[in-house]
Amino acid sequence: MDNDSKKSSKKDKKLTMTQQQYKQFAKSKEPPRPVLKNCARAFFVGGFICLIGQLLMEMFVHWFKFTEKTASNPTVAVLILISVILTCFGVYDKIAQWAGAGTSVPVTGFANSMCSAALEHKSEGLVLGVGGNMFKLAGSVIVFGTVAAFFIGIIHFLFGAGWK
Amino acid sequence: MLKGHQSWEFRNRPVILGTATAVGPEEGRGPLGDEFDIVHGDTLLEQKSWEQAEKMLLEEAAKLAIEKAGLTKERIHFYIGGDLMNQIISNSFAARTLGIPYIGVFGACSTSMESLALAAQLVDAGFAKYAVAATCSHNSSAEKQFRYPTEYGSQKPPTAQYTVTGAGAAVVSRDGDGPVVTRATIGRIVDMGIKDPFNMGAAMAPAAVDTIEAHLRDFAIQPEFYDLIVTGDLAKVGHAIAVDLFAKHNVPIERTKFDDCGLMVYDLNKQPVQAGGSGCACSAVVAYSHLMRKLRAGELKRILVVATGALLSPLSYQQGETIPCIAHAVAIESGVNAS
Amino acid sequence: MIFLWAFLIGGAICVLGQILIDVARLTPAHTMSTLVVIGAVADGLGLYDPLIKFAGAGVTVPITSFGNALVHGALAELERHGFIGIITGIFEVTSAGISAAIIFSFLAAVIFRPRG
Repeated sequence: MDNDSKKSSKKDKKLTMTQQQYKQFAKSKEPPRPVLKNCARAFFVGGFICLIGQLLMEMFVHWFKFTEKTASNPTVAVLILISVILTCFGVYDKIAQWAGAGTSVPVTGFANSMCSAALEHKSEGLVLGVGGNMFKLAGSVIVFGTVAAFFIGIIHFLFGAGWK
Repeated sequence: MLKGHQSWEFRNRPVILGTATAVGPEEGRGPLGDEFDIVHGDTLLEQKSWEQAEKMLLEEAAKLAIEKAGLTKERIHFYIGGDLMNQIISNSFAARTLGIPYIGVFGACSTSMESLALAAQLVDAGFAKYAVAATCSHNSSAEKQFRYPTEYGSQKPPTAQYTVTGAGAAVVSRDGDGPVVTRATIGRIVDMGIKDPFNMGAAMAPAAVDTIEAHLRDFAIQPEFYDLIVTGDLAKVGHAIAVDLFAKHNVPIERTKFDDCGLMVYDLNKQPVQAGGSGCACSAVVAYSHLMRKLRAGELKRILVVATGALLSPLSYQQGETIPCIAHAVAIESGVNAS
Repeated sequence: MIFLWAFLIGGAICVLGQILIDVARLTPAHTMSTLVVIGAVADGLGLYDPLIKFAGAGVTVPITSFGNALVHGALAELERHGFIGIITGIFEVTSAGISAAIIFSFLAAVIFRPRG
C-alpha cells in the first residue's frame, strides 16, 4: 500500500487509491503524442516564419529607409496582418493543427489568438462581443509580460545594475 | 416499475413511433451519411450564430420526428430535451417554437438516453400519451463555449474528440407500431480523477462500465441478452478502456457486439476527428437513424444504448476540478416479432 | 548568414514551445506566458540584445521578443526618468505589435465571420 502511494505524485493526493490506479491505467492506454514529429514540424514552420520575418526586415531597411532597430516594428505588423488574413479565411487553424508551436510561438500566434476571439464573438456585438472578448487568449501573455517587466525593472533599480 | 436499485422496466412497452435526425456536412460525409434524414451543406444554416444554427437543427429534427409519427405538435404532451449550451438555450428556444410543455434536462452527452428514459417512463406510467425526447449539439458552439474560438490555431492531441453537429428526436407513444423501449437504467456520477478535457473518453469509460454493470445486475441478465451494446461517445480511447475494465471486472462483454456511436458516426481514417465523435447529438443521431432502421428491419432484436456524459464546465476545469461523468442506458427492442 | 541563424534559432524557440505543450502538457496560454517571461528575464540579464544581433528575426519574431521589448521599454525609461520609468516605459517599444493586432483583429471582425 505504502509503495503505491509513494508512486503517486503530489497532484494526486486528493484522489483515492482506486482513482490513482485508474489514472495510471488510463495514462497507459492513451495514444502517445507524436512529440518528435511535432517538434520537427514546429522547427521547420517556426524557422520558416522567422525567415520570412528576416526577409521583411531586410526589405524595410534597404527599400524603406528604416534602421535595423526600427525595422522590426513594420515587420511585426506585416506578420500580424498576414496572420489575421489567414485566420479570416479559415486557413490558419488548419496550418496550426499540422505545425503546432511553429505557428503559435511566433507573433503570428498572438495575432491569431486575438483575431479568432474577435471573429468568434462577433455575434455578440462589437462592444461586448468583439471588444470584450478580443483579449480572451492573449490577455495572459500581456499580463505576465508586463508584470515580469515590472519586477525585472525593480530588480535593476534596486541593484543599480544600470543597463548597457 | 422499479427493478433492482436504479433501473426501470417498462411493462406497458412504450413504442418509438417516429425518429428524425438532422446533421451537418462532416457527419454527412461519414459512414452513416445516407441514413440521416436531413444533411446540411454547411454548419451555419443561414443563421447569424452557431448557437442559432444549433437551435434550428433541433427544431428540424423535432418537427420531422413528430411528422413521421403521424402526429402534430399540438398532440404531444411533453417535450424533454437538453444540450451542451449554457442554460440549455438550444432546447429552451426550440421548445418555444414547438409550444409543447417542456422539461429541460442536462446530462451533457448522456442527454439522449436520459431524455428517452424519462419520456418512456412518463408514457409507460400513464402520465403522457405522447412524449418527445430530443437533443442536439454543434461542433462550433461547443468549441466556442468549452475550448477555444473555432479559428484559433491550437493543436488538438490524438485523444481529443470531435463534437457532432446534429440533432436527434424521438416520439414515444403508448400504442402503435415501432421499436419498443423496454428497460432503462439511470446512472450514478462516476469520477475517477481525470482532469483533461481533451481526453473525455478516459473520463467517461468508468461511468459507462458502472451503468452497464448496474443494468446487468438489476435485471439479472448477461451481456449476450442484447445483440448490441453501444456506448454514446467513448470513441477510440474510451472504448478500449471500457473493454479492459469489463475484463478486469469479469463481465463477459465479448459475448455480444460492443460498439460506440463515436466510432460509428465518423471514419477515423479519413476525417479530421482525432479519436472520434462526441457531443449530445453523437448518440442521438446514430441511435435515431442507423440503429432504429436496423431494429425496424428486424436486423437487430434487442439493443442497449448507453449514452455517456462528462459533466464538467469550463469554469470547473479552470478551478482545477476533476471531471464527473455519468451514463444512462436504455434498452430498445425491435417491434418485429415482439419477444 | 543571418538568414540561416534566423531559421535555426527561430525554429529552436518553437521547438521549446512544442516541448512545453506536448511534454510538460501546458495549455497554449500557459506556454506563451512562460515564453514571454523567459524573454523578459533574458533581456533583464542582458542576453537578448546580443541574440538579436546574431539571429535577427529568429529572436524578434517569436513571442519571447515581446517580453524583451517590455523590459527594454521599462529599463530605458528607468535610465531616463528614474524609478517611475519602470511603469511609464513598459509599453513604449511594443506598441506596434499590440496596436496592429487590435486594429487588424477589429477590422477583421467587422468584415468577416468565423468559419467553424
